[in-house]
Amino acid sequence: MRGWLKRGDLGFKLGTGAFAALVVLVVAGIGFELWRQSALSLEKFGLGFWLGDVWDPVSGEFGARPFIWGTLYSSVLALAVATPIALGIAIFLSELCPARLRMPLTFLTELLAAIPSIVYGLWGIFVLVPAVRQFELWLPASLKTLPIFSGPPVGVGMLSAVLILAVMIIPFTSSVAREVLKAVPNAQREAAYALGATKWEAIRAALFYARTGIIGSIILGFGRALGETMAVTMVIGNNPQITLSLFKPQYTMPAVLANEFTEAADNLYLSALIEIGLVLFVITLIVNTASRLLIWSMNRPARAPRAVRVTQVAAPAGGAA
Amino acid sequence: MNHDALRRLKSTIVVWLCGLSVVVALIPLAFILFFVVSQGIQALNWDFFTKLPAPVGEPGGGFANAIVGTLMLVGIGAAFAVPVGVISGVYIAEFPATKLATMARFAADALNGVPSIVVGVFVYGIAVMPFKQFSAIAGGISLGVMMIPIVTRTTEELLKLVPPALREGALALGATRGWATLTVVLPAAAPGIITGVVLALARIAGETAPLLFTAFNNRFFSADPTQPISSLTVQVFTYAISPYEDWHRQAWAGALVLVSLVLFCSVLARVATRRLERLQTGH
Repeated sequence: MRGWLKRGDLGFKLGTGAFAALVVLVVAGIGFELWRQSALSLEKFGLGFWLGDVWDPVSGEFGARPFIWGTLYSSVLALAVATPIALGIAIFLSELCPARLRMPLTFLTELLAAIPSIVYGLWGIFVLVPAVRQFELWLPASLKTLPIFSGPPVGVGMLSAVLILAVMIIPFTSSVAREVLKAVPNAQREAAYALGATKWEAIRAALFYARTGIIGSIILGFGRALGETMAVTMVIGNNPQITLSLFKPQYTMPAVLANEFTEAADNLYLSALIEIGLVLFVITLIVNTASRLLIWSMNRPARAPRAVRVTQVAAPAGGAA
Repeated sequence: MNHDALRRLKSTIVVWLCGLSVVVALIPLAFILFFVVSQGIQALNWDFFTKLPAPVGEPGGGFANAIVGTLMLVGIGAAFAVPVGVISGVYIAEFPATKLATMARFAADALNGVPSIVVGVFVYGIAVMPFKQFSAIAGGISLGVMMIPIVTRTTEELLKLVPPALREGALALGATRGWATLTVVLPAAAPGIITGVVLALARIAGETAPLLFTAFNNRFFSADPTQPISSLTVQVFTYAISPYEDWHRQAWAGALVLVSLVLFCSVLARVATRRLERLQTGH
């Protein structure tokens, strides 16, 4: 090892490069493998797979539209709930929070991302779903005639899934948005204050400066919501139907994989499920790439606070504005 | 009310709303922790750690096989994810301008965003289907695949923080680039990288979806890597959706163990990071 490393830079570059190439290969491998394994279903159903809305493995009918619907509907609603809260957190922690509270509050909000999905699901089944059922029973009958509130008050269903998803994606959006805001030069805020801006007006100037990164952070949350499996599987009710109702049980792409994969008795069924996985892979890849590009385009400096300290040590005289 | 007062009022309202959103996010956290602790502690006893699951419908039994299973799965995953992650991270940090580094960085981010259930489907295709057998190895591979991107990016970021003077010193003494990295730069970043690895371990120990159809589950004790194996998370899932009261109780206990593990690692990492910062800044 020693001799090999000492022989020169080329060996080092090639040796470590092989592992870097391996990481690239894994991602390519996932795409290729999913495509290969779903060939049967791709060939047999073509585009019809995504247009059909009957999912009946027993009779060999596979229409995946309800899963697409459930995934998109739950993710978009969760995004609508989570985004204002996540941005509020990011603004509070980066712009308003007293210095002493910043560390513990950041730690606590990011703890939301560390709790395993299965724990969210368990809590969802035994605490959130009964609470949602109470809410559904309490809701006045006049409101229940609206399409979004139609359906039996069973607790499991879209509403429970949206709430739990929203809580789960908040920390992702808020932590990226916070870093993006941290990268906004102070001159932006100072200029606003110098013109007589109120606190909110100065924050708005910073938000405007950081807008691409903020949008990136929101899209990142969307990507998380699309792929979330366990918690959603446990509370959404797992019933493939296309409906606007928040109370009716529905189904998502990750959930159908989690529930039916080990039950897939024949090759076509398995292949159809893997095709759902393939599409989920492609969608999340596109969404995450879009989000990364937006965040990167913010052109932020080395981001960890440690980096800042290091430069401070190197140049104790200069405090960059 | 004049215009300026209105602006100030608006500003105050927004400031309060932002503070409120932190509270709103912390409420579910408090609720979850409260229920996990209060429900879990009731079911957590010696049997939980030492006994195998009781036959269906019978009360009692424990998670002993699931705990061993999780340790084994995480071990198998880490055994290849840590070297792959660290070495690829070294490449990205050392040769950041190369095309391969850009691709690897992109791939690591992409892998990080791939839903865990999709990783499970992928590993099913490469490690379960060919052998017609669910196995601990397959489960370990899917956890490892989830772990690689975290280790890669952590290594890269920490190597970038090592002061260039350290490397330059080694190079000036005649070390080659690889030798300088291995003996000077990596050791300087090692505590941070280890912290990152610990966090990554905690995260993959809490994964359920990629294990459902790779490691599957096993009601009995197993240490055979070629056989299906139980894990804390899959066991909690199975028990949570079962109709038995006693199993629900044990699922909460499993959740408590998982959350304690995550909390312990997070706090450990936080403390370690702070100590590192102090070391680096010399305070």
